[in-house]
Amino acid sequence: MMMEKWEDNRAWYLVLPVFVVVAFSAIIPLMTVVNYSLQDIFGPGNAVFVGTEWYKEMLTDTRLHDALGRQFLFSGLVLLIEIPLGILIALAMPKKGWGVSASLVTLAIPLLIPWNVIGTIWIIFTRPDIGLFGVWINSLNLLDVPFDHTARPIYAWITLMAMEVWHWTPLVALLCYAGLRAIPEAYYQAARIDGASAWAVFRYIQLPKMRGVLTIAVLLRWMDSFLIYAEPFALTGGGPGNTTTFLSIYLVKLATGQFDLGPAAAFSLIYFLIVLLFSFIFYQALLNVGRGEKIS
Amino acid sequence: MRIRKRTIGLILYFALIAVPIYWMLNMSLRNNADILSTFSLYPSGITFGNYVKVFTDPSWYMGYVNAIIYVTINTVISLACALPAAYAFSRYRFLGDGQMFFWLLTNRMAPPAVFLLPYFQLYSTFNLIDTHIAVALAHCLFNVPLAVWILEGFMSGIPKEIDETAFIDGYSFPRFFITIFIPLIRAGVGVTAFFCFMFSWVELLFARTLTVTAAKPIVATMTRTISATGLDWGLLAANGILTIVPGALVIWFVRNHLAKGFALGRV
Repeated sequence: MMMEKWEDNRAWYLVLPVFVVVAFSAIIPLMTVVNYSLQDIFGPGNAVFVGTEWYKEMLTDTRLHDALGRQFLFSGLVLLIEIPLGILIALAMPKKGWGVSASLVTLAIPLLIPWNVIGTIWIIFTRPDIGLFGVWINSLNLLDVPFDHTARPIYAWITLMAMEVWHWTPLVALLCYAGLRAIPEAYYQAARIDGASAWAVFRYIQLPKMRGVLTIAVLLRWMDSFLIYAEPFALTGGGPGNTTTFLSIYLVKLATGQFDLGPAAAFSLIYFLIVLLFSFIFYQALLNVGRGEKIS
Repeated sequence: MRIRKRTIGLILYFALIAVPIYWMLNMSLRNNADILSTFSLYPSGITFGNYVKVFTDPSWYMGYVNAIIYVTINTVISLACALPAAYAFSRYRFLGDGQMFFWLLTNRMAPPAVFLLPYFQLYSTFNLIDTHIAVALAHCLFNVPLAVWILEGFMSGIPKEIDETAFIDGYSFPRFFITIFIPLIRAGVGVTAFFCFMFSWVELLFARTLTVTAAKPIVATMTRTISATGLDWGLLAANGILTIVPGALVIWFVRNHLAKGFALGRV
Protein backbone atom coordinates (compact mmCIF):
# COMPACT_ATOMS: atom_id res chain seq x y z
CA MET A 1 0.00 0.00 0.00
CA MET A 2 2.92 2.33 0.73
CA MET A 3 3.11 3.53 -2.85
CA GLU A 4 5.79 5.84 -4.09
CA LYS A 5 4.51 9.41 -3.78
CA TRP A 6 5.21 12.36 -6.04
CA GLU A 7 7.30 15.04 -4.45
CA ASP A 8 5.73 18.45 -5.04
CA ASN A 9 5.27 21.34 -2.63
CA ARG A 10 2.44 22.71 -4.76
CA ALA A 11 0.30 20.08 -3.06
CA TRP A 12 -0.03 22.70 -0.33
CA TYR A 13 -2.57 24.51 -2.52
CA LEU A 14 -4.82 21.47 -2.17
CA VAL A 15 -4.40 21.42 1.61
CA LEU A 16 -4.95 25.16 1.98
CA PRO A 17 -8.77 25.09 2.41
CA VAL A 18 -8.49 22.55 5.22
CA PHE A 19 -5.72 24.58 6.80
CA VAL A 20 -7.81 27.78 6.74
CA VAL A 21 -10.97 26.16 8.11
CA VAL A 22 -9.22 24.25 10.88
CA ALA A 23 -7.01 27.21 11.76
CA PHE A 24 -10.13 29.32 12.20
CA SER A 25 -11.64 26.71 14.50
CA ALA A 26 -8.48 25.66 16.31
CA ILE A 27 -5.59 28.13 16.29
CA ILE A 28 -7.44 31.41 16.90
CA PRO A 29 -9.49 29.97 19.79
CA LEU A 30 -6.42 28.36 21.32
CA MET A 31 -4.62 31.71 21.26
CA THR A 32 -7.59 33.23 23.07
CA VAL A 33 -7.27 30.55 25.74
CA VAL A 34 -3.57 31.30 26.17
CA ASN A 35 -4.48 34.97 26.48
CA TYR A 36 -7.08 34.31 29.18
CA SER A 37 -4.83 31.98 31.11
CA LEU A 38 -2.28 34.73 31.72
CA GLN A 39 -4.66 37.51 32.76
CA ASP A 40 -7.22 38.37 35.39
CA ILE A 41 -10.24 39.72 33.54
CA PHE A 42 -12.62 42.03 35.39
CA GLY A 43 -14.56 43.15 32.35
CA PRO A 44 -14.10 44.35 28.78
CA GLY A 45 -10.84 46.25 28.47
CA ASN A 46 -10.02 45.75 32.12
CA ALA A 47 -7.53 42.93 32.49
CA VAL A 48 -4.38 42.52 34.55
CA PHE A 49 -1.44 40.37 33.54
CA VAL A 50 -0.96 37.73 36.25
CA GLY A 51 1.68 35.47 34.70
CA THR A 52 1.57 31.85 35.80
CA GLU A 53 -0.67 32.40 38.81
CA TRP A 54 -3.66 30.52 37.33
CA TYR A 55 -1.45 27.61 36.36
CA LYS A 56 -0.14 27.39 39.92
CA GLU A 57 -3.69 27.55 41.22
CA MET A 58 -4.95 24.83 38.88
CA LEU A 59 -1.97 22.52 39.38
CA THR A 60 -2.58 22.55 43.13
CA ASP A 61 -6.38 22.35 42.84
CA THR A 62 -7.47 19.18 44.61
CA ARG A 63 -10.77 19.06 42.70
CA LEU A 64 -8.78 18.97 39.47
CA HIS A 65 -6.60 16.18 40.83
CA ASP A 66 -9.70 14.24 41.86
CA ALA A 67 -11.31 14.73 38.45
CA LEU A 68 -8.10 13.59 36.74
CA GLY A 69 -7.95 10.50 38.96
CA ARG A 70 -11.58 9.67 38.19
CA GLN A 71 -10.86 10.21 34.51
CA PHE A 72 -7.99 7.71 34.51
CA LEU A 73 -10.07 5.19 36.46
CA PHE A 74 -12.97 5.61 34.06
CA SER A 75 -10.90 5.36 30.88
CA GLY A 76 -8.99 2.38 32.30
CA LEU A 77 -12.18 0.52 33.15
CA VAL A 78 -13.57 1.32 29.71
CA LEU A 79 -10.61 -0.36 28.04
CA LEU A 80 -10.59 -3.35 30.42
CA ILE A 81 -14.22 -4.16 29.71
CA GLU A 82 -14.81 -3.03 26.13
CA ILE A 83 -11.76 -4.49 24.39
CA PRO A 84 -12.17 -8.17 25.48
CA LEU A 85 -15.94 -7.95 25.08
CA GLY A 86 -15.60 -6.44 21.61
CA ILE A 87 -13.20 -9.22 20.54
CA LEU A 88 -15.62 -11.89 21.81
CA ILE A 89 -18.53 -10.35 19.91
CA ALA A 90 -16.49 -10.06 16.72
CA LEU A 91 -15.50 -13.74 16.99
CA ALA A 92 -19.12 -14.77 17.45
CA MET A 93 -20.45 -12.80 14.49
CA PRO A 94 -21.60 -14.71 11.39
CA LYS A 95 -19.21 -14.70 8.44
CA LYS A 96 -21.70 -14.93 5.59
CA GLY A 97 -25.36 -14.74 4.77
CA TRP A 98 -28.03 -12.27 5.78
CA GLY A 99 -26.80 -12.39 9.39
CA VAL A 100 -23.77 -10.28 8.50
CA SER A 101 -25.71 -7.19 7.46
CA ALA A 102 -28.21 -7.63 10.27
CA SER A 103 -25.42 -7.87 12.87
CA LEU A 104 -23.54 -4.88 11.49
CA VAL A 105 -26.62 -2.67 11.50
CA THR A 106 -27.67 -3.77 15.00
CA LEU A 107 -24.17 -3.10 16.28
CA ALA A 108 -24.08 0.35 14.75
CA ILE A 109 -27.34 1.61 16.21
CA PRO A 110 -26.01 2.70 19.64
CA LEU A 111 -23.25 4.63 17.85
CA LEU A 112 -25.76 6.77 15.96
CA ILE A 113 -27.73 8.06 18.90
CA PRO A 114 -27.00 11.63 20.07
CA TRP A 115 -24.80 11.45 23.15
CA ASN A 116 -27.15 13.15 25.56
CA VAL A 117 -30.01 10.95 24.31
CA ILE A 118 -27.84 8.01 25.39
CA GLY A 119 -27.97 9.55 28.86
CA THR A 120 -31.73 9.98 28.60
CA ILE A 121 -32.19 6.36 27.52
CA TRP A 122 -30.29 5.17 30.57
CA ILE A 123 -32.13 7.47 32.95
CA ILE A 124 -35.43 6.10 31.69
CA PHE A 125 -34.07 2.55 31.80
CA THR A 126 -32.61 2.63 35.32
CA ARG A 127 -34.86 4.95 37.34
CA PRO A 128 -36.23 3.17 40.42
CA ASP A 129 -39.78 4.35 39.69
CA ILE A 130 -40.27 3.94 35.93
CA GLY A 131 -37.14 2.15 34.65
CA LEU A 132 -37.20 -1.51 33.68
CA PHE A 133 -33.80 -2.19 35.24
CA GLY A 134 -34.38 -0.06 38.35
CA VAL A 135 -37.73 -1.65 39.14
CA TRP A 136 -36.45 -5.15 38.43
CA ILE A 137 -33.30 -4.94 40.56
CA ASN A 138 -35.19 -3.40 43.48
CA SER A 139 -37.89 -6.06 43.30
CA LEU A 140 -35.20 -8.68 44.02
CA ASN A 141 -34.51 -7.04 47.39
CA LEU A 142 -30.81 -7.86 47.23
CA LEU A 143 -29.48 -4.39 47.97
CA ASP A 144 -29.47 -2.76 51.40
CA VAL A 145 -30.02 0.66 49.82
CA PRO A 146 -32.53 0.61 46.93
CA PHE A 147 -30.92 1.09 43.53
CA ASP A 148 -30.99 4.72 42.38
CA HIS A 149 -28.09 6.23 40.48
CA THR A 150 -28.54 9.53 42.32
CA ALA A 151 -28.34 7.87 45.74
CA ARG A 152 -24.88 6.36 45.94
CA PRO A 153 -21.63 6.95 44.05
CA ILE A 154 -21.21 3.22 43.40
CA TYR A 155 -24.66 3.03 41.78
CA ALA A 156 -23.87 6.06 39.67
CA TRP A 157 -20.62 4.46 38.51
CA ILE A 158 -22.30 1.14 37.73
CA THR A 159 -24.96 2.90 35.66
CA LEU A 160 -22.35 5.01 33.93
CA MET A 161 -20.14 2.02 33.08
CA ALA A 162 -23.12 0.02 31.83
CA MET A 163 -24.09 2.96 29.63
CA GLU A 164 -20.56 3.43 28.34
CA VAL A 165 -20.13 -0.29 27.57
CA TRP A 166 -23.54 -0.38 25.89
CA HIS A 167 -22.70 2.69 23.83
CA TRP A 168 -19.16 2.01 22.61
CA THR A 169 -18.43 -1.75 22.71
CA PRO A 170 -20.02 -2.05 19.23
CA LEU A 171 -17.24 0.18 17.88
CA VAL A 172 -14.58 -2.23 19.15
CA ALA A 173 -16.57 -5.18 17.79
CA LEU A 174 -16.93 -3.54 14.35
CA LEU A 175 -13.22 -2.85 14.10
CA CYS A 176 -12.25 -6.36 15.24
CA TYR A 177 -14.73 -7.86 12.81
CA ALA A 178 -13.16 -5.92 9.94
CA GLY A 179 -9.76 -7.23 11.04
CA LEU A 180 -11.01 -10.82 11.21
CA ARG A 181 -12.59 -10.66 7.77
CA ALA A 182 -9.23 -9.71 6.27
CA ILE A 183 -7.69 -13.07 7.26
CA PRO A 184 -7.42 -15.33 4.19
CA GLU A 185 -9.27 -18.66 4.39
CA ALA A 186 -5.98 -20.49 3.69
CA TYR A 187 -4.76 -19.70 7.21
CA TYR A 188 -7.73 -21.52 8.72
CA GLN A 189 -7.32 -24.46 6.36
CA ALA A 190 -3.67 -24.82 7.38
CA ALA A 191 -4.70 -24.69 11.03
CA ARG A 192 -7.31 -27.43 10.43
CA ILE A 193 -4.76 -29.67 8.78
CA ASP A 194 -2.43 -29.19 11.76
CA GLY A 195 -5.32 -30.01 14.09
CA ALA A 196 -4.95 -26.71 15.95
CA SER A 197 -7.31 -26.02 18.85
CA ALA A 198 -9.71 -23.07 18.79
CA TRP A 199 -7.49 -21.33 21.31
CA ALA A 200 -4.38 -21.87 19.17
CA VAL A 201 -6.21 -20.46 16.14
CA PHE A 202 -7.14 -17.40 18.15
CA ARG A 203 -3.73 -16.95 19.74
CA TYR A 204 -1.53 -17.53 16.69
CA ILE A 205 -3.72 -16.48 13.75
CA GLN A 206 -6.58 -14.21 14.72
CA LEU A 207 -5.00 -12.11 17.48
CA PRO A 208 -1.82 -11.23 15.53
CA LYS A 209 -3.93 -10.35 12.49
CA MET A 210 -6.10 -8.06 14.58
CA ARG A 211 -3.13 -6.13 15.93
CA GLY A 212 -3.72 -3.15 13.66
CA VAL A 213 -7.42 -2.73 14.31
CA LEU A 214 -6.94 -3.37 18.02
CA THR A 215 -4.37 -0.57 18.21
CA ILE A 216 -6.90 1.77 16.64
CA ALA A 217 -9.70 0.53 18.90
CA VAL A 218 -7.66 0.94 22.10
CA LEU A 219 -6.47 4.40 21.23
CA LEU A 220 -9.84 5.67 19.95
CA ARG A 221 -11.61 4.38 23.05
CA TRP A 222 -8.95 5.81 25.34
CA MET A 223 -9.05 9.25 23.72
CA ASP A 224 -12.80 9.49 23.36
CA SER A 225 -13.51 8.30 26.89
CA PHE A 226 -10.98 10.89 28.06
CA LEU A 227 -13.11 13.65 26.50
CA ILE A 228 -16.46 12.34 27.67
CA TYR A 229 -19.00 15.02 28.49
CA ALA A 230 -22.56 14.71 27.22
CA GLU A 231 -23.44 11.22 28.47
CA PRO A 232 -22.52 11.64 32.16
CA PHE A 233 -23.80 15.21 32.01
CA ALA A 234 -27.22 13.96 30.94
CA LEU A 235 -27.19 10.93 33.23
CA THR A 236 -25.72 12.10 36.53
CA GLY A 237 -24.79 15.75 36.00
CA GLY A 238 -21.46 14.86 37.66
CA GLY A 239 -23.07 13.71 40.89
CA PRO A 240 -23.91 12.50 43.44
CA GLY A 241 -21.62 15.13 44.93
CA ASN A 242 -18.68 15.28 42.54
CA THR A 243 -18.22 11.53 42.26
CA THR A 244 -18.78 11.33 38.51
CA THR A 245 -17.30 14.72 37.62
CA PHE A 246 -14.79 14.03 34.86
CA LEU A 247 -12.36 16.52 33.37
CA SER A 248 -14.69 17.95 30.71
CA ILE A 249 -17.60 18.27 33.13
CA TYR A 250 -15.44 20.05 35.68
CA LEU A 251 -14.02 22.35 33.01
CA VAL A 252 -17.45 23.33 31.69
CA LYS A 253 -18.67 23.95 35.25
CA LEU A 254 -15.68 26.15 35.90
CA ALA A 255 -15.95 28.05 32.63
CA THR A 256 -19.68 28.63 32.24
CA GLY A 257 -21.02 28.12 35.74
CA GLN A 258 -18.61 30.15 37.81
CA PHE A 259 -17.12 32.29 35.01
CA ASP A 260 -13.61 31.82 36.35
CA LEU A 261 -12.08 32.58 32.98
CA GLY A 262 -8.43 32.62 34.04
CA PRO A 263 -8.34 29.33 35.94
CA ALA A 264 -10.61 27.69 33.36
CA ALA A 265 -8.25 28.74 30.58
CA ALA A 266 -5.20 27.46 32.47
CA PHE A 267 -7.07 24.20 33.08
CA SER A 268 -7.96 24.02 29.37
CA LEU A 269 -4.33 24.26 28.35
CA ILE A 270 -3.18 21.65 30.87
CA TYR A 271 -5.98 19.35 29.66
CA PHE A 272 -5.07 20.04 26.05
CA LEU A 273 -1.41 19.24 26.65
CA ILE A 274 -2.29 15.91 28.26
CA VAL A 275 -4.45 15.09 25.21
CA LEU A 276 -1.68 16.23 22.88
CA LEU A 277 0.70 13.81 24.54
CA PHE A 278 -1.75 10.95 24.00
CA SER A 279 -2.34 12.03 20.40
CA PHE A 280 1.38 11.86 19.78
CA ILE A 281 1.54 8.32 21.15
CA PHE A 282 -1.51 7.45 19.03
CA TYR A 283 0.10 8.84 15.89
CA GLN A 284 3.35 6.96 16.45
CA ALA A 285 1.45 3.73 17.09
CA LEU A 286 -0.55 4.20 13.88
CA LEU A 287 2.59 4.86 11.86
CA ASN A 288 4.13 1.67 13.23
CA VAL A 289 1.01 -0.26 12.29
CA GLY A 290 1.29 1.13 8.76
CA ARG A 291 4.97 0.22 8.56
CA GLY A 292 4.51 -3.30 9.92
CA GLU A 293 2.25 -5.81 8.30
CA LYS A 294 -0.51 -4.14 6.36
CA ILE A 295 -3.87 -4.83 7.88
CA SER A 296 -5.97 -5.40 4.82
CA MET B 1 -22.39 -27.33 19.20
CA ARG B 2 -19.80 -24.65 19.96
CA ILE B 3 -21.07 -22.58 17.04
CA ARG B 4 -24.57 -22.71 18.43
CA LYS B 5 -23.41 -21.50 21.85
CA ARG B 6 -21.71 -18.54 20.20
CA THR B 7 -24.84 -17.65 18.28
CA ILE B 8 -26.91 -17.75 21.45
CA GLY B 9 -24.39 -15.46 23.13
CA LEU B 10 -24.55 -13.06 20.21
CA ILE B 11 -28.35 -13.00 20.18
CA LEU B 12 -28.30 -12.36 23.93
CA TYR B 13 -25.93 -9.43 23.39
CA PHE B 14 -28.11 -7.97 20.65
CA ALA B 15 -31.08 -8.29 22.97
CA LEU B 16 -29.16 -6.31 25.58
CA ILE B 17 -28.52 -3.59 23.00
CA ALA B 18 -32.19 -3.51 22.11
CA VAL B 19 -33.77 -3.55 25.57
CA PRO B 20 -32.98 0.05 26.68
CA ILE B 21 -34.13 1.33 23.28
CA TYR B 22 -37.28 -0.77 23.50
CA TRP B 23 -37.93 0.69 26.95
CA MET B 24 -37.72 4.22 25.57
CA LEU B 25 -40.06 3.25 22.72
CA ASN B 26 -42.47 1.83 25.30
CA MET B 27 -42.40 5.12 27.25
CA SER B 28 -42.87 7.20 24.12
CA LEU B 29 -46.15 5.43 23.34
CA ARG B 30 -47.73 6.19 26.72
CA ASN B 31 -48.82 9.44 28.29
CA ASN B 32 -47.06 10.80 31.34
CA ALA B 33 -49.77 10.03 33.91
CA ASP B 34 -49.85 6.43 32.72
CA ILE B 35 -46.04 6.12 32.93
CA LEU B 36 -45.90 7.42 36.49
CA SER B 37 -48.91 5.48 37.81
CA THR B 38 -48.50 2.00 36.35
CA PHE B 39 -45.40 -0.06 35.67
CA SER B 40 -45.97 -2.07 32.52
CA LEU B 41 -43.67 -4.02 30.22
CA TYR B 42 -45.58 -2.95 27.14
CA PRO B 43 -47.88 -0.01 26.37
CA SER B 44 -51.43 -1.23 27.05
CA GLY B 45 -53.29 1.64 25.40
CA ILE B 46 -50.96 2.90 22.69
CA THR B 47 -51.12 6.67 22.25
CA PHE B 48 -49.27 8.71 19.65
CA GLY B 49 -49.96 11.90 21.60
CA ASN B 50 -46.29 12.53 22.34
CA TYR B 51 -45.34 12.29 18.66
CA VAL B 52 -48.28 14.47 17.64
CA LYS B 53 -47.08 17.09 20.11
CA VAL B 54 -43.54 17.03 18.70
CA PHE B 55 -44.79 17.42 15.13
CA THR B 56 -47.24 20.22 15.90
CA ASP B 57 -45.30 22.33 18.41
CA PRO B 58 -42.66 24.49 16.66
CA SER B 59 -40.49 24.68 19.80
CA TRP B 60 -40.00 20.91 19.40
CA TYR B 61 -40.02 20.21 15.66
CA MET B 62 -37.88 23.25 14.81
CA GLY B 63 -35.15 21.55 16.85
CA TYR B 64 -34.97 18.82 14.21
CA VAL B 65 -35.07 21.31 11.35
CA ASN B 66 -32.24 23.36 12.90
CA ALA B 67 -30.12 20.30 13.54
CA ILE B 68 -30.59 19.03 9.98
CA ILE B 69 -29.67 22.45 8.56
CA TYR B 70 -26.36 22.78 10.39
CA VAL B 71 -25.50 19.10 9.97
CA THR B 72 -25.97 19.47 6.20
CA ILE B 73 -23.91 22.68 6.03
CA ASN B 74 -21.18 21.00 8.05
CA THR B 75 -21.13 17.90 5.84
CA VAL B 76 -20.86 20.01 2.68
CA ILE B 77 -18.04 22.20 4.06
CA SER B 78 -16.15 19.21 5.45
CA LEU B 79 -16.31 17.25 2.19
CA ALA B 80 -15.50 20.25 0.00
CA CYS B 81 -12.33 21.08 1.96
CA ALA B 82 -11.28 17.55 2.69
CA LEU B 83 -11.46 16.06 -0.83
CA PRO B 84 -8.53 18.02 -2.33
CA ALA B 85 -6.52 17.83 0.90
CA ALA B 86 -6.95 14.07 1.17
CA TYR B 87 -5.81 13.76 -2.46
CA ALA B 88 -2.69 15.78 -1.65
CA PHE B 89 -1.89 13.57 1.36
CA SER B 90 -2.45 10.33 -0.54
CA ARG B 91 -0.48 11.29 -3.68
CA TYR B 92 2.22 13.80 -2.77
CA ARG B 93 5.10 14.25 -0.44
CA PHE B 94 5.49 17.88 0.47
CA LEU B 95 7.13 20.08 3.05
CA GLY B 96 5.56 19.46 6.46
CA ASP B 97 3.06 16.83 5.34
CA GLY B 98 3.66 14.59 8.37
CA GLN B 99 3.38 17.49 10.82
CA MET B 100 0.24 18.78 9.10
CA PHE B 101 -1.36 15.34 9.31
CA PHE B 102 -0.49 15.06 13.00
CA TRP B 103 -1.88 18.51 13.68
CA LEU B 104 -5.17 17.52 12.02
CA LEU B 105 -5.28 14.42 14.22
CA THR B 106 -4.83 16.49 17.39
CA ASN B 107 -7.98 18.43 16.48
CA ARG B 108 -9.99 15.23 16.15
CA MET B 109 -8.73 14.34 19.65
CA ALA B 110 -9.05 17.79 21.24
CA PRO B 111 -11.58 18.09 24.07
CA PRO B 112 -14.47 20.24 22.84
CA ALA B 113 -14.76 21.63 26.38
CA VAL B 114 -11.39 23.36 25.88
CA PHE B 115 -12.73 25.29 22.91
CA LEU B 116 -16.01 26.25 24.51
CA LEU B 117 -15.10 29.65 25.92
CA PRO B 118 -13.07 30.97 22.99
CA TYR B 119 -15.74 29.79 20.54
CA PHE B 120 -18.35 31.79 22.33
CA GLN B 121 -16.08 34.86 22.19
CA LEU B 122 -15.06 34.28 18.58
CA TYR B 123 -18.55 33.78 17.24
CA SER B 124 -19.89 36.70 19.29
CA THR B 125 -17.26 38.92 17.65
CA PHE B 126 -18.49 37.89 14.21
CA ASN B 127 -22.11 38.17 15.33
CA LEU B 128 -22.71 34.53 14.54
CA ILE B 129 -24.14 33.32 17.85
CA ASP B 130 -27.46 31.52 17.35
CA THR B 131 -26.90 30.88 13.64
CA HIS B 132 -26.66 27.53 11.90
CA ILE B 133 -23.37 28.44 10.28
CA ALA B 134 -21.75 28.94 13.70
CA VAL B 135 -22.50 25.39 14.81
CA ALA B 136 -21.57 24.02 11.38
CA LEU B 137 -18.18 25.77 11.52
CA ALA B 138 -17.57 24.70 15.12
CA HIS B 139 -18.18 21.07 14.18
CA CYS B 140 -15.58 21.42 11.43
CA LEU B 141 -13.01 21.27 14.25
CA PHE B 142 -13.36 17.50 14.44
CA ASN B 143 -15.20 16.66 11.20
CA VAL B 144 -12.72 18.13 8.71
CA PRO B 145 -9.77 16.14 10.14
CA LEU B 146 -11.97 13.05 10.27
CA ALA B 147 -13.02 13.52 6.64
CA VAL B 148 -9.41 13.98 5.52
CA TRP B 149 -8.37 10.81 7.32
CA ILE B 150 -11.16 8.61 5.99
CA LEU B 151 -10.88 9.91 2.41
CA GLU B 152 -7.10 9.51 2.43
CA GLY B 153 -7.59 5.87 3.36
CA PHE B 154 -9.96 5.28 0.45
CA MET B 155 -7.84 7.27 -2.04
CA SER B 156 -4.68 5.35 -1.19
CA GLY B 157 -6.48 2.22 -2.38
CA ILE B 158 -6.69 3.65 -5.93
CA PRO B 159 -3.51 2.98 -7.95
CA LYS B 160 -1.59 6.07 -8.97
CA GLU B 161 -1.34 4.76 -12.54
CA ILE B 162 -4.92 5.91 -13.10
CA ASP B 163 -3.95 9.51 -12.39
CA GLU B 164 -0.87 9.24 -14.62
CA THR B 165 -2.83 7.79 -17.52
CA ALA B 166 -5.46 10.51 -17.27
CA PHE B 167 -2.85 13.28 -17.25
CA ILE B 168 -1.12 11.74 -20.28
CA ASP B 169 -4.51 11.67 -22.03
CA GLY B 170 -4.62 15.42 -21.52
CA TYR B 171 -7.05 15.75 -18.67
CA SER B 172 -6.63 18.90 -16.58
CA PHE B 173 -6.43 18.30 -12.83
CA PRO B 174 -9.92 19.65 -11.95
CA ARG B 175 -11.54 17.73 -14.81
CA PHE B 176 -9.72 14.50 -13.87
CA PHE B 177 -10.55 14.96 -10.20
CA ILE B 178 -14.26 15.58 -10.69
CA THR B 179 -15.11 13.32 -13.64
CA ILE B 180 -12.78 10.36 -13.00
CA PHE B 181 -11.35 10.32 -9.50
CA ILE B 182 -14.37 11.19 -7.35
CA PRO B 183 -16.60 8.60 -9.07
CA LEU B 184 -13.89 6.00 -8.37
CA ILE B 185 -14.01 6.66 -4.64
CA ARG B 186 -17.74 7.31 -4.40
CA ALA B 187 -18.08 4.68 -1.66
CA GLY B 188 -15.49 6.56 0.35
CA VAL B 189 -17.27 9.87 -0.23
CA GLY B 190 -20.53 8.31 0.91
CA VAL B 191 -18.98 6.90 4.07
CA THR B 192 -17.25 10.18 4.85
CA ALA B 193 -20.49 12.10 4.39
CA PHE B 194 -22.17 9.62 6.70
CA PHE B 195 -19.56 10.08 9.41
CA CYS B 196 -19.62 13.88 9.17
CA PHE B 197 -23.40 13.74 9.37
CA MET B 198 -23.26 11.41 12.33
CA PHE B 199 -20.65 13.18 14.46
CA SER B 200 -22.33 16.53 13.88
CA TRP B 201 -25.73 15.04 14.72
CA VAL B 202 -24.66 13.46 18.02
CA GLU B 203 -22.61 16.38 19.36
CA LEU B 204 -24.10 18.37 22.23
CA LEU B 205 -21.64 20.80 23.81
CA PHE B 206 -20.99 23.22 20.91
CA ALA B 207 -24.53 22.90 19.61
CA ARG B 208 -25.91 23.93 22.98
CA THR B 209 -23.43 26.71 23.72
CA LEU B 210 -23.57 28.45 20.35
CA THR B 211 -27.35 28.58 20.01
CA VAL B 212 -30.08 30.40 21.90
CA THR B 213 -33.43 29.99 20.16
CA ALA B 214 -33.31 30.57 16.40
CA ALA B 215 -30.88 27.73 15.69
CA LYS B 216 -31.37 25.59 18.78
CA PRO B 217 -31.09 21.89 17.87
CA ILE B 218 -33.16 19.10 19.33
CA VAL B 219 -30.36 17.77 21.55
CA ALA B 220 -30.15 21.13 23.32
CA THR B 221 -33.93 21.42 23.63
CA MET B 222 -33.93 18.04 25.32
CA THR B 223 -31.28 18.85 27.94
CA ARG B 224 -33.06 22.03 28.91
CA THR B 225 -36.22 20.12 29.71
CA ILE B 226 -34.32 17.62 31.81
CA SER B 227 -33.66 20.16 34.54
CA ALA B 228 -37.23 21.50 34.52
CA THR B 229 -39.64 20.28 37.17
CA GLY B 230 -42.62 18.18 36.22
CA LEU B 231 -40.71 16.44 33.47
CA ASP B 232 -42.80 14.81 30.76
CA TRP B 233 -41.13 11.41 30.35
CA GLY B 234 -43.34 10.35 27.46
CA LEU B 235 -42.49 13.45 25.44
CA LEU B 236 -38.79 13.11 26.24
CA ALA B 237 -38.84 9.45 25.15
CA ALA B 238 -40.65 10.30 21.90
CA ASN B 239 -37.95 12.86 21.11
CA GLY B 240 -35.26 10.34 21.96
CA ILE B 241 -36.77 7.84 19.52
CA LEU B 242 -37.05 10.48 16.79
CA THR B 243 -33.36 11.43 17.13
CA ILE B 244 -32.41 7.83 16.32
CA VAL B 245 -34.43 7.82 13.08
CA PRO B 246 -32.07 9.78 10.76
CA GLY B 247 -29.07 7.60 11.62
CA ALA B 248 -31.11 4.42 11.31
CA LEU B 249 -32.31 5.50 7.85
CA VAL B 250 -28.86 5.95 6.35
CA ILE B 251 -26.96 3.23 8.18
CA TRP B 252 -28.04 0.52 5.74
CA PHE B 253 -26.20 2.11 2.83
CA VAL B 254 -22.84 2.25 4.56
CA ARG B 255 -23.00 -0.95 6.64
CA ASN B 256 -20.04 -2.60 4.89
CA HIS B 257 -17.78 0.43 5.27
CA LEU B 258 -18.57 1.37 8.86
CA ALA B 259 -15.47 -0.21 10.37
CA LYS B 260 -13.22 1.53 7.87
CA GLY B 261 -14.79 4.85 8.72
CA PHE B 262 -14.40 4.38 12.45
CA ALA B 263 -10.80 3.31 11.96
CA LEU B 264 -10.21 6.72 10.32
CA GLY B 265 -9.79 5.02 6.95
CA ARG B 266 -7.03 2.79 8.28
CA VAL B 267 -8.49 -0.73 7.97
